[in-house]
Amino acid sequence: MSFSSTLLSMSSLMRELGRPVKIMEICGTHTMAAFRSGLRTLMPKGLSLLSGPGCPVCVTHDGYVDQAIALAHRPDVTVATFGDMLRVPGSEQSLEQARAEGASVRVVYSPLDALQMAREQPQRKIVFLGVGFETTAPTIGWTILQAAQEKLSNYRVLCAHKTIPNAMEALLSSGEVKVDGFMCPGHVSAIIGSNAYEFIPRKHGVPCVVAGFEPSDMAITMEMILRQLTEKCPRVEIQYQRAVTREGNAKAQETLKRAFVECDAEWRGLGTIPASGLAIASKYAAHDAAPLLAGLPLPAAKKHTGCRCGEVLRGVITPPECPLFRKRCTPATPVGACMVSSEGTCAAYYKYAAIKP
Amino acid sequence: MCLAVPAKIVKLDGPNATVEVRGLTRTANVAFIDDPAVGDFVLLHAGFAIRKWSAEDVAEFDRIMKEVEEAAAECDQEEKP
Ligand code: SF4
Repeated sequence: MSFSSTLLSMSSLMRELGRPVKIMEICGTHTMAAFRSGLRTLMPKGLSLLSGPGCPVCVTHDGYVDQAIALAHRPDVTVATFGDMLRVPGSEQSLEQARAEGASVRVVYSPLDALQMAREQPQRKIVFLGVGFETTAPTIGWTILQAAQEKLSNYRVLCAHKTIPNAMEALLSSGEVKVDGFMCPGHVSAIIGSNAYEFIPRKHGVPCVVAGFEPSDMAITMEMILRQLTEKCPRVEIQYQRAVTREGNAKAQETLKRAFVECDAEWRGLGTIPASGLAIASKYAAHDAAPLLAGLPLPAAKKHTGCRCGEVLRGVITPPECPLFRKRCTPATPVGACMVSSEGTCAAYYKYAAIKP
Repeated sequence: MCLAVPAKIVKLDGPNATVEVRGLTRTANVAFIDDPAVGDFVLLHAGFAIRKWSAEDVAEFDRIMKEVEEAAAECDQEEKP
């Protein structure tokens, strides 16, 4: 089906449904792609695309950034991180500001680079910031297993990995937003497999379709969700067949199981969600950076800034509804994480959404 | 952050591979891939191959990218006075 016939089909399905429909995507790459491609402006009237907690940097709480900064100030530690984390505000400052003040922070492209730093600098502790969902967590898990094998005791991870399905469950069971369908994240699903979402249509009656990242992938996904709604037959489907199977990547899942254990996790804006995070397995405790925090001073939690990231991440408000949006809060002067990250919903609205007075 | 790009394996040494991404060469880890081989296309995330792609998958990706690029070019044309 061509792109334009998908759009036409979406319109006729919307007419058939005769009511507004809200689809939520949970992937920062989808957030950006939907804006950048203009897809949002082509969607039929009544159909809206909400952004959920799909930007790993955005859902990482201030306290984690504070911990990373405290570690980076230890004279024997270098903190290695993906670039996205650099400008995320902590309680007092960001890693970028801390680096300007002399803290040791290195941006890397892959956790493999951090592992290599540990090999080359045995006298320093290399702490990798383990932030990200199931796409990224196995890559860090692999470096932990490898460090254990090579007895690289100076390689450690400050672990704040999060997992998507239980966050979706928390959103649905809170009842705060009504979601008619989920556009499920493509590359998270490449690892966990689409079976991981089966409980959602079964328990909540909400369709789930795993989507690729091109505009046509996303349009077809929305069409598939609308079709499920008209058929009143919610189920899990895979649009992104190029990358995703029902079972996922067995080897990456095995790495996750060996390196980590499930734990409760604190999400910015969503609070603590049971069994939605990964902690380093006790067998690999020697590679956990958390014990290095003992005795380090941490700043008090930030006083309220007026940032409404939490509600944005839950899909309760859109960024223009935040009084600070485009005023005090811009990408150059971000107040909250959702404006910092290149995949943040506020940054996407700032860059692409039409300016409304 | 969950971005992934297609890459082609050009050299293999255990879990370490040399891959080509849009004409550039870089190293990658292929520990999550079943039976990786030189010439295979993979989807690369944070230095790791997370999925093997068939030749059809790559062709589909190329086709979609071409569509997107053409659509973007049309928009550029329209914007010019
Ligand atoms: S616009 Fe800025 S202050 Fe408002 S919710 Fe977004 S990040 Fe927070």
